[in-house]
Amino acid sequence: MAAGVSTLHGETSYRYRKFKSDSMMAITVGATIVTLIPLFLVLGYLLTKGVASLNWAFFTHMPAPVGEKGGGMANAIVGTLEVVGIACLIGVPIGVGAGLYLAANRASQFTNWVRFSADVLMGVPSIVVGIFAYAVIVRPFGGFSTLAGSVALAAIMIPLVTRTTEEMVLLVPPELREASLALGVPHWRTTLSVVARTALSGIATGVILAVARVSGETAPLLFTAFGNRFWSTSLFHPINTLTVQVYTYAISPFADWQRQAWAGALVLTAIILALELGVRWVTGGAAKAPR
Amino acid sequence: MADSIPVVRHKRARAPVPARLFGDRIFNTATFILALSILALLFGLAVALIADSFPAIRAFGLHFLISTEWDPVNEQYGALPFIYGTFVSSFIALAVAVPLSLGVALCLSEMAPDWLSHRLGFLVDLLAAIPSVVYGLWAVFVMGPWIRDYVEPPLAHWFGWTALFQGPKVAVGMLSAGVILAIMIIPYISSVCTDVFRVVPHTQREAALALGATKWEMVTTAVIPYGMTGVIGAIILGLGRALGETIAVAMVIGNSAQISASLFKPAATLASVIANEFAEATSDMYVAALIELGLVLLILGIVLNVVARALVLGVQQRRYRETGK
Repeated sequence: MAAGVSTLHGETSYRYRKFKSDSMMAITVGATIVTLIPLFLVLGYLLTKGVASLNWAFFTHMPAPVGEKGGGMANAIVGTLEVVGIACLIGVPIGVGAGLYLAANRASQFTNWVRFSADVLMGVPSIVVGIFAYAVIVRPFGGFSTLAGSVALAAIMIPLVTRTTEEMVLLVPPELREASLALGVPHWRTTLSVVARTALSGIATGVILAVARVSGETAPLLFTAFGNRFWSTSLFHPINTLTVQVYTYAISPFADWQRQAWAGALVLTAIILALELGVRWVTGGAAKAPR
Repeated sequence: MADSIPVVRHKRARAPVPARLFGDRIFNTATFILALSILALLFGLAVALIADSFPAIRAFGLHFLISTEWDPVNEQYGALPFIYGTFVSSFIALAVAVPLSLGVALCLSEMAPDWLSHRLGFLVDLLAAIPSVVYGLWAVFVMGPWIRDYVEPPLAHWFGWTALFQGPKVAVGMLSAGVILAIMIIPYISSVCTDVFRVVPHTQREAALALGATKWEMVTTAVIPYGMTGVIGAIILGLGRALGETIAVAMVIGNSAQISASLFKPAATLASVIANEFAEATSDMYVAALIELGLVLLILGIVLNVVARALVLGVQQRRYRETGK
């Protein structure tokens, strides 16, 4: 602070200081514009290249064999829905339940440890979570599977859902809880029918943001769900997903596959942005995923 | 679900529980177990990685971390090229992302009116919503060639005398990976910085202005010093993101287990080599070595994340101590 104050009494003229201030603040505006350029470039390329490559066959056909033109990603679209859906079945109950526990037991040391673990889990690289799912599901079951992919995505969702649930439940006015308890309603019913019910839209927002987040994950699926050129919805067989299919096509040397990669990327991004924008629109822009 | 929950045995004898409180005990036990599963998940993650990489840990010991030889054919595994690639690509990313993020954060917290600030903040946040594989696709076909044609020639011309910018100009390499990482971590750093700057009490700003500071002097004397630990935390958080980012990097870094000083050369990171080689790893030792790379990544991720969160929390607690809000 002292060094900063002394510059105020330096010999530089006010006009120079004013000029410096204005230009630095203009630079911050410039930085914001520069930062947003890639966003518009990525979205722009997705739209131009993706729409040009998108056709009805993309949604209804299976991937074409090497060298053959055409085909689509029907199995990958269904696969993404299945893997993410099962991840929700595993991750949402655990995340919401744990979040309710954290919000209800603020003072205990155990709560602090759980909260700390959730925060640490959010910082674990997603590919490491993929290795974990490989170790606990793929190896024991003897092969890549939908289940392994879903477990990996669930492990990524759980800390996100836990932390948003906790924060949303803490926003519920304590008077509501007390009123319910005063009426003789047991704690568990108060928590579920009054507290969680009041926080429901916030919890749902957190879940949707977590879904948006894991739908775009590729790394943890590479050696869990693995990918599949054929139709499969079995829980115990490899399954195709949009992200992995886009990845495989993007690094392939075939022009037609690269074209389809753009179409896949457009569909994937459209789904995720629809989830994010939808949530913000409904909640009036207040929603934010925990980091 | 509720049926399968084991009855908790208490050591002390307790008064018989009224029937209507029985539901509470079931509910509390159930949510307790769910909360416990988060601890178990973190613990299980660490145990699974240590157990599955144990053959490699036993075979190579600490030498694994300093050996530059990555030769699956001869079963020789060393992580140094990937550790080097991870840190160099991440530092390029930070060098680009930190000034831009600070600019964004200051613009949003000090310059833009509220209504604009939230809309701009939302757009910057959207950068974090775009999937990694989409960034990778864009980087391979658009950004990489652009860097090769318009960024690398001037760098080679002006700074070619340093070892950093030598060699043939390529679309895939360390520099491309660093730049795409920068784009991907900017929303994380800038959003934490914006939050930190917004926490700075208005009295601090007003004091600086009352002493005759210009807006920029107010920023450098009041806003940034107050939020400094938070800014460092945000940068470390961004570093943690960059270290673990996988797919986009795997697509543009070129995947070469060579350490070369030039940023134009292809390289590989811990995460990218796992992504590229894991599914094709044939021998048990190969898989164990790749998992040990994951273990290194896990430890780096946990350490950086813990430090970063402590720093960001420090700023919020200071405000609370000083202003009670």
